[in-house]
Amino acid sequence: MRRVVVTGLGMVTPLACGVEPSWRRLLDGQSGASVVERFDVSDLPCKIACTIPRGDGSDGTYNPDDWMEPKEQRKVDEFIVFAMAAAQQALDDADWHPTSYEDQISTGVLIGSGIGGIEGIAEASLILKERGPRRISPFFIPGRLINLAGGYVSIAHGLKGPNHAVVTACSTGAHAIGDAGRLIALGDADVMLAGGTESPVNRLALAGFASCKALCTAFNEEPARGSRPYDRDRDGFVMGEGAGMVVLEEYEHAKARGAKIYAELIGYGLSGDAYHITAPSPDGDGAYRCMSAALKRGGVTPAEVDYINAHGTSTMADGIELQAVERLLGDAAAGVSMSSTKSSIGHLLGAAGAVEAIFSILAIRDQVAPATLNLDNPSVETAIDLVPHKPRARKIDVALSNSFGFGGTNASLLFRRPQS
Amino acid sequence: MSEIADQVKKIVAEHLGVEPAKVTENASFIDDLGADSLDTVELVMAFEEAFNTEIPDDAAETILTVGDAIKFLEKNAA
Repeated sequence: MRRVVVTGLGMVTPLACGVEPSWRRLLDGQSGASVVERFDVSDLPCKIACTIPRGDGSDGTYNPDDWMEPKEQRKVDEFIVFAMAAAQQALDDADWHPTSYEDQISTGVLIGSGIGGIEGIAEASLILKERGPRRISPFFIPGRLINLAGGYVSIAHGLKGPNHAVVTACSTGAHAIGDAGRLIALGDADVMLAGGTESPVNRLALAGFASCKALCTAFNEEPARGSRPYDRDRDGFVMGEGAGMVVLEEYEHAKARGAKIYAELIGYGLSGDAYHITAPSPDGDGAYRCMSAALKRGGVTPAEVDYINAHGTSTMADGIELQAVERLLGDAAAGVSMSSTKSSIGHLLGAAGAVEAIFSILAIRDQVAPATLNLDNPSVETAIDLVPHKPRARKIDVALSNSFGFGGTNASLLFRRPQS
Repeated sequence: MSEIADQVKKIVAEHLGVEPAKVTENASFIDDLGADSLDTVELVMAFEEAFNTEIPDDAAETILTVGDAIKFLEKNAA
Protein backbone atom coordinates (compact mmCIF):
# COMPACT_ATOMS: atom_id res chain seq x y z
CA MET A 1 0.00 0.00 0.00
CA ARG A 2 1.18 3.51 -0.81
CA ARG A 3 2.06 5.91 2.02
CA VAL A 4 -0.23 8.88 2.71
CA VAL A 5 0.85 12.22 4.17
CA VAL A 6 -0.92 15.41 5.17
CA THR A 7 0.19 18.46 3.20
CA GLY A 8 -2.56 21.03 3.75
CA LEU A 9 -4.94 22.11 6.51
CA GLY A 10 -8.03 24.32 6.60
CA MET A 11 -10.72 25.06 9.16
CA VAL A 12 -13.53 27.25 10.31
CA THR A 13 -14.25 26.75 14.00
CA PRO A 14 -16.10 28.47 16.82
CA LEU A 15 -12.71 29.94 17.82
CA ALA A 16 -11.81 31.50 14.46
CA CYS A 17 -11.81 31.21 10.71
CA GLY A 18 -8.43 29.72 9.83
CA VAL A 19 -6.13 27.05 11.20
CA GLU A 20 -3.52 29.20 12.93
CA PRO A 21 -5.93 31.56 14.76
CA SER A 22 -8.10 28.60 15.82
CA TRP A 23 -5.06 26.71 17.11
CA ARG A 24 -3.63 29.77 18.90
CA ARG A 25 -6.93 30.46 20.66
CA LEU A 26 -7.27 26.77 21.53
CA LEU A 27 -3.86 26.81 23.21
CA ASP A 28 -4.82 30.07 24.94
CA GLY A 29 -7.68 28.18 26.58
CA GLN A 30 -10.44 30.17 24.91
CA SER A 31 -14.00 28.88 24.64
CA GLY A 32 -16.21 29.27 21.57
CA ALA A 33 -19.42 28.96 23.59
CA SER A 34 -22.01 31.66 24.08
CA VAL A 35 -25.74 32.10 24.50
CA VAL A 36 -27.37 31.69 21.09
CA GLU A 37 -28.60 35.02 19.72
CA ARG A 38 -29.32 34.16 16.09
CA PHE A 39 -32.75 32.75 16.91
CA ASP A 40 -35.16 32.37 19.79
CA VAL A 41 -33.96 29.91 22.43
CA SER A 42 -36.35 30.93 25.19
CA ASP A 43 -38.33 27.68 24.93
CA LEU A 44 -35.29 25.39 24.47
CA PRO A 45 -33.70 23.65 27.45
CA CYS A 46 -30.23 24.26 25.98
CA LYS A 47 -29.63 27.92 25.12
CA ILE A 48 -25.92 27.79 24.37
CA ALA A 49 -23.76 26.73 21.45
CA CYS A 50 -20.28 27.22 20.04
CA THR A 51 -20.74 29.44 17.01
CA ILE A 52 -18.29 30.74 14.46
CA PRO A 53 -17.24 34.36 15.04
CA ARG A 54 -18.79 36.11 12.04
CA GLY A 55 -17.39 39.41 10.84
CA ASP A 56 -15.58 41.14 8.02
CA GLY A 57 -12.85 38.50 7.78
CA SER A 58 -10.28 40.38 9.83
CA ASP A 59 -8.87 39.18 13.16
CA GLY A 60 -9.89 35.58 12.60
CA THR A 61 -13.53 36.35 11.89
CA TYR A 62 -15.45 34.46 9.24
CA ASN A 63 -16.85 36.40 6.31
CA PRO A 64 -18.74 34.02 4.01
CA ASP A 65 -18.29 36.42 1.07
CA ASP A 66 -14.55 35.69 1.19
CA TRP A 67 -15.23 32.06 0.26
CA MET A 68 -18.36 31.90 -1.91
CA GLU A 69 -20.28 34.34 -4.10
CA PRO A 70 -23.25 35.82 -2.22
CA LYS A 71 -25.63 34.71 -4.99
CA GLU A 72 -24.38 31.11 -4.58
CA GLN A 73 -24.58 31.26 -0.77
CA ARG A 74 -28.26 32.07 -1.09
CA LYS A 75 -28.86 28.66 -2.69
CA VAL A 76 -27.19 26.48 -0.07
CA ASP A 77 -27.15 25.70 3.62
CA GLU A 78 -24.22 27.03 5.58
CA PHE A 79 -22.43 23.68 5.87
CA ILE A 80 -21.57 24.04 2.19
CA VAL A 81 -20.14 27.54 2.65
CA PHE A 82 -18.08 26.37 5.64
CA ALA A 83 -16.74 23.55 3.46
CA MET A 84 -15.82 26.00 0.71
CA ALA A 85 -13.89 28.12 3.23
CA ALA A 86 -11.97 25.23 4.80
CA ALA A 87 -11.29 23.62 1.41
CA GLN A 88 -9.84 26.79 -0.08
CA GLN A 89 -7.59 27.20 2.96
CA ALA A 90 -6.37 23.60 2.80
CA LEU A 91 -5.61 23.73 -0.92
CA ASP A 92 -3.81 27.07 -0.52
CA ASP A 93 -1.85 25.70 2.43
CA ALA A 94 -0.81 22.67 0.40
CA ASP A 95 -0.08 24.93 -2.57
CA TRP A 96 -2.00 22.42 -4.69
CA HIS A 97 -4.12 23.99 -7.42
CA PRO A 98 -4.29 21.44 -10.21
CA THR A 99 -4.69 22.95 -13.65
CA SER A 100 -3.55 20.15 -15.97
CA TYR A 101 -6.07 17.45 -16.83
CA GLU A 102 -3.73 14.78 -15.39
CA ASP A 103 -3.44 16.57 -12.03
CA GLN A 104 -7.17 17.26 -11.93
CA ILE A 105 -8.21 13.65 -12.47
CA SER A 106 -5.77 12.42 -9.82
CA THR A 107 -7.17 14.80 -7.19
CA GLY A 108 -10.40 13.80 -5.48
CA VAL A 109 -12.80 15.10 -2.85
CA LEU A 110 -14.29 13.30 0.12
CA ILE A 111 -16.29 15.63 2.33
CA GLY A 112 -18.94 14.48 4.77
CA SER A 113 -21.54 16.00 7.01
CA GLY A 114 -23.57 14.46 9.79
CA ILE A 115 -26.94 16.01 8.97
CA GLY A 116 -26.37 18.39 6.06
CA GLY A 117 -28.95 21.04 5.34
CA ILE A 118 -31.38 20.53 8.16
CA GLU A 119 -32.15 24.23 8.45
CA GLY A 120 -33.03 24.56 4.79
CA ILE A 121 -35.20 21.45 4.98
CA ALA A 122 -37.05 22.91 7.95
CA GLU A 123 -37.64 26.19 6.12
CA ALA A 124 -38.74 24.53 2.88
CA SER A 125 -41.20 22.29 4.70
CA LEU A 126 -42.91 25.41 6.07
CA ILE A 127 -43.09 26.90 2.56
CA LEU A 128 -44.58 23.64 1.28
CA LYS A 129 -47.23 23.67 3.98
CA GLU A 130 -48.08 27.36 3.79
CA ARG A 131 -47.64 28.15 0.09
CA GLY A 132 -47.58 24.88 -1.76
CA PRO A 133 -45.16 22.90 -3.96
CA ARG A 134 -44.84 25.55 -6.70
CA ARG A 135 -42.93 27.74 -4.26
CA ILE A 136 -40.15 25.19 -3.57
CA SER A 137 -36.91 26.51 -5.06
CA PRO A 138 -35.05 24.45 -7.67
CA PHE A 139 -32.03 24.92 -5.39
CA PHE A 140 -33.77 23.34 -2.42
CA ILE A 141 -32.49 19.81 -3.12
CA PRO A 142 -28.96 20.55 -4.41
CA GLY A 143 -28.41 23.07 -1.62
CA ARG A 144 -29.16 20.55 1.17
CA LEU A 145 -27.60 17.31 -0.09
CA ILE A 146 -24.60 16.30 1.97
CA ASN A 147 -22.41 15.37 -1.02
CA LEU A 148 -23.00 18.81 -2.52
CA ALA A 149 -20.35 20.20 -0.15
CA GLY A 150 -17.88 18.11 -2.12
CA GLY A 151 -19.74 18.90 -5.32
CA TYR A 152 -19.37 22.66 -4.93
CA VAL A 153 -15.73 22.32 -3.82
CA SER A 154 -14.85 20.12 -6.79
CA ILE A 155 -16.47 22.55 -9.22
CA ALA A 156 -14.73 25.57 -7.66
CA HIS A 157 -11.29 23.95 -7.83
CA GLY A 158 -11.53 21.63 -10.84
CA LEU A 159 -10.98 18.45 -8.81
CA LYS A 160 -12.03 15.57 -11.08
CA GLY A 161 -10.81 12.54 -9.15
CA PRO A 162 -12.98 10.38 -6.88
CA ASN A 163 -15.93 12.42 -5.60
CA HIS A 164 -17.34 10.82 -2.50
CA ALA A 165 -19.09 11.72 0.75
CA VAL A 166 -19.44 10.21 4.19
CA VAL A 167 -22.42 10.31 6.55
CA THR A 168 -21.66 8.69 9.89
CA ALA A 169 -23.00 11.20 12.43
CA CYS A 170 -20.23 12.34 14.75
CA SER A 171 -17.63 10.04 13.17
CA THR A 172 -18.11 11.60 9.73
CA GLY A 173 -14.98 13.78 9.63
CA ALA A 174 -12.72 10.96 10.79
CA HIS A 175 -14.23 8.45 8.36
CA ALA A 176 -13.87 10.96 5.52
CA ILE A 177 -10.15 11.40 6.18
CA GLY A 178 -9.59 7.69 6.75
CA ASP A 179 -11.46 6.62 3.63
CA ALA A 180 -9.73 9.30 1.55
CA GLY A 181 -6.39 7.98 2.79
CA ARG A 182 -7.39 4.50 1.63
CA LEU A 183 -8.26 5.81 -1.84
CA ILE A 184 -4.73 7.20 -2.10
CA ALA A 185 -3.13 4.10 -0.59
CA LEU A 186 -4.93 1.91 -3.13
CA GLY A 187 -4.09 4.16 -6.05
CA ASP A 188 -7.52 5.61 -6.89
CA ALA A 189 -6.10 9.11 -6.41
CA ASP A 190 -2.78 10.81 -5.66
CA VAL A 191 -4.27 13.72 -3.76
CA MET A 192 -7.53 13.92 -1.79
CA LEU A 193 -9.19 16.88 -0.19
CA ALA A 194 -11.02 15.37 2.79
CA GLY A 195 -12.92 16.44 5.86
CA GLY A 196 -16.24 17.24 7.44
CA THR A 197 -18.59 20.17 7.73
CA GLU A 198 -21.67 20.94 9.81
CA SER A 199 -24.14 23.77 10.37
CA PRO A 200 -26.47 22.40 13.06
CA VAL A 201 -27.00 25.49 15.19
CA ASN A 202 -30.69 26.04 14.56
CA ARG A 203 -33.90 25.55 16.49
CA LEU A 204 -34.82 22.21 14.94
CA ALA A 205 -31.47 20.49 15.55
CA LEU A 206 -31.18 21.91 19.07
CA ALA A 207 -34.70 20.68 19.83
CA GLY A 208 -33.92 17.25 18.40
CA PHE A 209 -30.68 16.73 20.29
CA ALA A 210 -32.29 18.14 23.44
CA SER A 211 -35.02 15.51 23.17
CA CYS A 212 -32.29 12.86 23.01
CA LYS A 213 -31.09 14.31 26.34
CA ALA A 214 -27.69 14.77 24.74
CA LEU A 215 -27.22 18.52 25.29
CA CYS A 216 -25.77 20.52 28.15
CA THR A 217 -28.59 22.31 29.98
CA ALA A 218 -27.05 23.26 33.34
CA PHE A 219 -24.73 26.01 32.13
CA ASN A 220 -27.01 28.36 30.21
CA GLU A 221 -25.80 31.19 32.45
CA GLU A 222 -22.11 30.32 32.06
CA PRO A 223 -21.67 29.04 28.48
CA ALA A 224 -17.86 28.76 28.62
CA ARG A 225 -18.14 26.28 31.50
CA GLY A 226 -20.70 24.04 29.76
CA SER A 227 -18.41 21.71 27.82
CA ARG A 228 -16.49 19.88 30.58
CA PRO A 229 -15.40 16.40 29.52
CA TYR A 230 -14.54 13.98 32.38
CA ASP A 231 -15.71 16.51 34.97
CA ARG A 232 -18.22 15.29 37.54
CA ASP A 233 -20.60 18.19 36.73
CA ARG A 234 -20.81 17.52 32.99
CA ASP A 235 -24.38 17.08 31.75
CA GLY A 236 -24.28 16.92 27.97
CA PHE A 237 -22.49 18.28 24.93
CA VAL A 238 -22.42 21.86 23.71
CA MET A 239 -23.23 21.97 20.02
CA GLY A 240 -20.72 23.54 17.63
CA GLU A 241 -20.55 24.43 13.95
CA GLY A 242 -17.75 24.61 11.40
CA ALA A 243 -15.62 22.60 9.03
CA GLY A 244 -12.19 21.00 8.86
CA MET A 245 -10.38 19.90 5.70
CA VAL A 246 -7.04 18.28 5.03
CA VAL A 247 -5.12 17.71 1.84
CA LEU A 248 -3.89 14.12 1.85
CA GLU A 249 -1.22 13.17 -0.62
CA GLU A 250 0.68 10.13 -1.70
CA TYR A 251 4.12 10.39 -0.08
CA GLU A 252 6.26 10.26 -3.24
CA HIS A 253 3.93 12.75 -4.95
CA ALA A 254 4.34 15.19 -2.05
CA LYS A 255 8.09 14.68 -1.90
CA ALA A 256 8.53 15.15 -5.64
CA ARG A 257 6.89 18.57 -5.60
CA GLY A 258 8.62 19.65 -2.40
CA ALA A 259 5.38 19.93 -0.42
CA LYS A 260 5.45 20.68 3.27
CA ILE A 261 4.56 17.48 5.14
CA TYR A 262 2.75 17.90 8.45
CA ALA A 263 2.35 14.25 9.35
CA GLU A 264 1.86 10.79 7.94
CA LEU A 265 -1.53 9.12 8.21
CA ILE A 266 -0.32 5.71 9.33
CA GLY A 267 -3.45 4.12 10.73
CA TYR A 268 -7.21 4.07 10.43
CA GLY A 269 -9.57 1.83 12.35
CA LEU A 270 -13.33 1.34 12.06
CA SER A 271 -15.84 -0.59 14.11
CA GLY A 272 -19.52 -0.87 14.96
CA ASP A 273 -21.11 -1.21 18.38
CA ALA A 274 -24.28 -3.04 17.29
CA TYR A 275 -25.75 -1.97 20.59
CA HIS A 276 -27.98 1.16 20.65
CA ILE A 277 -28.98 4.02 18.34
CA THR A 278 -27.58 6.81 20.54
CA ALA A 279 -25.73 5.24 23.50
CA PRO A 280 -22.30 3.65 23.17
CA SER A 281 -21.89 0.07 24.29
CA PRO A 282 -21.16 0.29 28.06
CA ASP A 283 -18.16 -2.03 27.80
CA GLY A 284 -16.45 0.31 25.32
CA ASP A 285 -15.67 -2.63 23.10
CA GLY A 286 -16.43 -0.79 19.85
CA ALA A 287 -14.12 2.08 20.79
CA TYR A 288 -11.41 -0.37 21.83
CA ARG A 289 -11.62 -2.28 18.58
CA CYS A 290 -11.39 0.74 16.30
CA MET A 291 -8.39 2.14 18.20
CA SER A 292 -6.71 -1.29 18.15
CA ALA A 293 -7.31 -1.57 14.42
CA ALA A 294 -5.73 1.84 13.81
CA LEU A 295 -2.65 0.90 15.84
CA LYS A 296 -2.36 -2.44 14.10
CA ARG A 297 -2.60 -0.82 10.69
CA GLY A 298 0.05 1.70 11.72
CA GLY A 299 2.36 -0.96 13.15
CA VAL A 300 2.46 0.97 16.40
CA THR A 301 2.45 -0.43 19.94
CA PRO A 302 0.35 1.23 22.66
CA ALA A 303 3.58 2.40 24.33
CA GLU A 304 4.40 4.44 21.22
CA VAL A 305 1.22 6.53 21.42
CA ASP A 306 1.94 9.99 22.89
CA TYR A 307 -1.28 11.94 22.48
CA ILE A 308 -4.93 11.04 22.06
CA ASN A 309 -7.53 13.57 20.97
CA ALA A 310 -10.53 11.98 22.65
CA HIS A 311 -14.06 11.94 21.35
CA GLY A 312 -14.88 13.20 24.90
CA THR A 313 -18.19 14.96 24.31
CA SER A 314 -18.86 16.00 27.93
CA THR A 315 -21.54 13.35 28.31
CA MET A 316 -21.74 10.17 30.37
CA ALA A 317 -20.03 8.40 27.45
CA ASP A 318 -16.68 10.02 28.36
CA GLY A 319 -16.10 7.35 30.99
CA ILE A 320 -16.76 4.54 28.53
CA GLU A 321 -14.18 5.91 26.08
CA LEU A 322 -11.67 6.33 28.91
CA GLN A 323 -12.13 2.70 29.97
CA ALA A 324 -11.56 1.58 26.41
CA VAL A 325 -8.40 3.69 26.15
CA GLU A 326 -7.11 2.23 29.42
CA ARG A 327 -7.76 -1.25 28.11
CA LEU A 328 -5.87 -0.37 24.93
CA LEU A 329 -2.87 1.19 26.65
CA GLY A 330 -2.47 -1.15 29.61
CA ASP A 331 0.77 -0.36 31.40
CA ALA A 332 1.55 2.40 28.89
CA ALA A 333 -1.33 4.58 30.19
CA ALA A 334 0.87 6.77 32.38
CA GLY A 335 2.92 7.91 29.42
CA VAL A 336 -0.01 9.21 27.39
CA SER A 337 -1.74 12.61 27.34
CA MET A 338 -5.39 12.56 26.26
CA SER A 339 -7.52 15.67 25.99
CA SER A 340 -10.89 16.65 24.60
CA THR A 341 -10.71 19.84 22.57
CA LYS A 342 -14.51 19.80 22.56
CA SER A 343 -14.09 21.54 25.92
CA SER A 344 -13.11 24.59 23.89
CA ILE A 345 -14.91 24.35 20.53
CA GLY A 346 -17.92 22.23 21.47
CA HIS A 347 -19.12 19.27 19.44
CA LEU A 348 -18.97 19.97 15.71
CA LEU A 349 -20.81 16.70 14.94
CA GLY A 350 -19.90 15.71 11.37
CA ALA A 351 -17.01 18.19 11.31
CA ALA A 352 -15.64 17.17 14.72
CA GLY A 353 -13.47 14.28 13.53
CA ALA A 354 -11.81 16.42 10.85
CA VAL A 355 -11.17 19.46 13.04
CA GLU A 356 -9.86 17.24 15.83
CA ALA A 357 -7.61 15.33 13.43
CA ILE A 358 -6.10 18.69 12.48
CA PHE A 359 -5.59 19.57 16.14
CA SER A 360 -3.84 16.20 16.57
CA ILE A 361 -1.59 16.98 13.59
CA LEU A 362 -0.76 20.41 15.05
CA ALA A 363 -0.04 18.78 18.40
CA ILE A 364 2.61 16.76 16.57
CA ARG A 365 3.93 19.83 14.74
CA ASP A 366 4.22 22.00 17.85
CA GLN A 367 4.91 19.23 20.39
CA VAL A 368 2.10 20.32 22.66
CA ALA A 369 -1.07 18.63 23.87
CA PRO A 370 -4.02 21.05 23.94
CA ALA A 371 -5.93 21.20 27.22
CA THR A 372 -9.20 19.81 28.48
CA LEU A 373 -10.92 22.93 29.81
CA ASN A 374 -13.21 22.94 32.85
CA LEU A 375 -11.85 19.68 34.22
CA ASP A 376 -12.19 20.89 37.81
CA ASN A 377 -13.23 17.67 39.49
CA PRO A 378 -12.57 14.56 37.42
CA SER A 379 -15.30 11.96 37.82
CA VAL A 380 -12.78 9.27 37.03
CA GLU A 381 -9.44 8.13 38.34
CA THR A 382 -6.87 7.32 35.74
CA ALA A 383 -3.14 7.14 35.17
CA ILE A 384 -3.69 8.90 31.84
CA ASP A 385 -2.87 12.62 31.80
CA LEU A 386 -6.17 14.31 30.87
CA VAL A 387 -4.38 17.66 30.38
CA PRO A 388 -6.65 19.71 32.67
CA HIS A 389 -6.94 23.48 32.13
CA LYS A 390 -3.55 24.14 30.48
CA PRO A 391 -1.88 22.69 27.39
CA ARG A 392 1.12 20.47 28.03
CA ALA A 393 4.38 20.77 26.13
CA ARG A 394 5.67 17.26 25.56
CA LYS A 395 7.09 14.87 23.02
CA ILE A 396 4.40 13.88 20.53
CA ASP A 397 5.52 11.60 17.72
CA VAL A 398 2.33 9.58 17.42
CA ALA A 399 -1.20 10.93 17.89
CA LEU A 400 -4.54 9.15 17.80
CA SER A 401 -7.84 10.92 17.14
CA ASN A 402 -11.11 9.24 18.15
CA SER A 403 -14.64 9.79 16.86
CA PHE A 404 -17.78 7.88 17.79
CA GLY A 405 -21.21 8.47 16.31
CA PHE A 406 -24.89 7.79 16.83
CA GLY A 407 -25.76 4.41 15.43
CA GLY A 408 -22.66 2.92 17.08
CA THR A 409 -20.19 3.93 14.38
CA ASN A 410 -16.57 4.38 15.46
CA ALA A 411 -13.42 5.64 13.75
CA SER A 412 -9.85 6.28 14.87
CA LEU A 413 -7.11 8.03 12.90
CA LEU A 414 -3.43 7.59 13.69
CA PHE A 415 -0.84 10.17 12.67
CA ARG A 416 2.94 10.09 12.96
CA ARG A 417 5.47 12.89 12.91
CA PRO A 418 7.18 12.99 9.53
CA GLN A 419 10.57 11.33 9.65
CA SER A 420 13.31 13.67 8.53
CA MET B 1 -40.11 52.46 -18.57
CA SER B 2 -43.05 50.72 -16.93
CA GLU B 3 -43.20 49.87 -13.29
CA ILE B 4 -43.28 46.20 -14.26
CA ALA B 5 -40.06 46.55 -16.24
CA ASP B 6 -38.33 48.21 -13.30
CA GLN B 7 -39.39 45.49 -10.94
CA VAL B 8 -38.43 42.67 -13.32
CA LYS B 9 -34.96 44.14 -13.75
CA LYS B 10 -34.53 44.49 -10.02
CA ILE B 11 -35.52 40.85 -9.44
CA VAL B 12 -33.16 39.64 -12.16
CA ALA B 13 -30.21 41.65 -10.84
CA GLU B 14 -30.79 40.39 -7.31
CA HIS B 15 -31.29 36.74 -8.15
CA LEU B 16 -28.43 36.45 -10.61
CA GLY B 17 -26.08 38.72 -8.67
CA VAL B 18 -25.32 40.93 -11.69
CA GLU B 19 -24.83 44.67 -12.09
CA PRO B 20 -28.22 46.34 -12.70
CA ALA B 21 -26.69 48.11 -15.74
CA LYS B 22 -26.23 44.74 -17.45
CA VAL B 23 -29.90 43.88 -17.10
CA THR B 24 -31.11 45.30 -20.40
CA GLU B 25 -34.27 44.19 -22.19
CA ASN B 26 -32.24 42.32 -24.79
CA ALA B 27 -30.16 40.45 -22.23
CA SER B 28 -30.56 36.67 -22.28
CA PHE B 29 -30.63 35.11 -18.84
CA ILE B 30 -28.35 32.25 -19.84
CA ASP B 31 -26.15 33.76 -22.57
CA ASP B 32 -25.62 37.23 -21.10
CA LEU B 33 -26.35 37.10 -17.40
CA GLY B 34 -24.67 33.82 -16.39
CA ALA B 35 -27.82 31.95 -15.37
CA ASP B 36 -28.13 28.18 -15.58
CA SER B 37 -31.34 26.24 -16.15
CA LEU B 38 -32.10 26.08 -12.41
CA ASP B 39 -31.60 29.84 -12.08
CA THR B 40 -34.20 30.42 -14.78
CA VAL B 41 -36.70 28.19 -12.95
CA GLU B 42 -36.12 30.19 -9.80
CA LEU B 43 -36.47 33.48 -11.68
CA VAL B 44 -39.86 32.45 -13.01
CA MET B 45 -40.92 31.57 -9.47
CA ALA B 46 -39.73 34.98 -8.29
CA PHE B 47 -41.80 36.68 -11.02
CA GLU B 48 -44.87 34.66 -10.04
CA GLU B 49 -44.39 35.68 -6.45
CA ALA B 50 -43.73 39.35 -7.12
CA PHE B 51 -46.59 39.79 -9.59
CA ASN B 52 -49.01 37.43 -7.93
CA THR B 53 -49.55 35.48 -11.11
CA GLU B 54 -49.02 32.01 -12.44
CA ILE B 55 -46.64 31.35 -15.32
CA PRO B 56 -47.41 27.94 -16.88
CA ASP B 57 -44.42 25.78 -17.84
CA ASP B 58 -45.01 26.17 -21.60
CA ALA B 59 -45.03 29.96 -21.23
CA ALA B 60 -41.98 29.86 -18.93
CA GLU B 61 -40.05 28.08 -21.68
CA THR B 62 -40.50 31.08 -23.96
CA ILE B 63 -39.15 33.57 -21.41
CA LEU B 64 -35.49 33.70 -22.36
CA THR B 65 -34.63 37.38 -22.06
CA VAL B 66 -35.43 40.21 -19.67
CA GLY B 67 -37.67 41.68 -22.36
CA ASP B 68 -39.57 38.39 -22.74
CA ALA B 69 -40.36 38.47 -19.03
CA ILE B 70 -41.47 42.09 -19.11
CA LYS B 71 -43.71 41.49 -22.13
CA PHE B 72 -45.32 38.41 -20.60
CA LEU B 73 -45.95 40.10 -17.28
CA GLU B 74 -47.29 43.31 -18.81
CA LYS B 75 -49.81 41.19 -20.68
CA ASN B 76 -50.69 38.73 -17.91
CA ALA B 77 -50.02 40.23 -14.52
CA ALA B 78 -53.06 41.45 -12.66
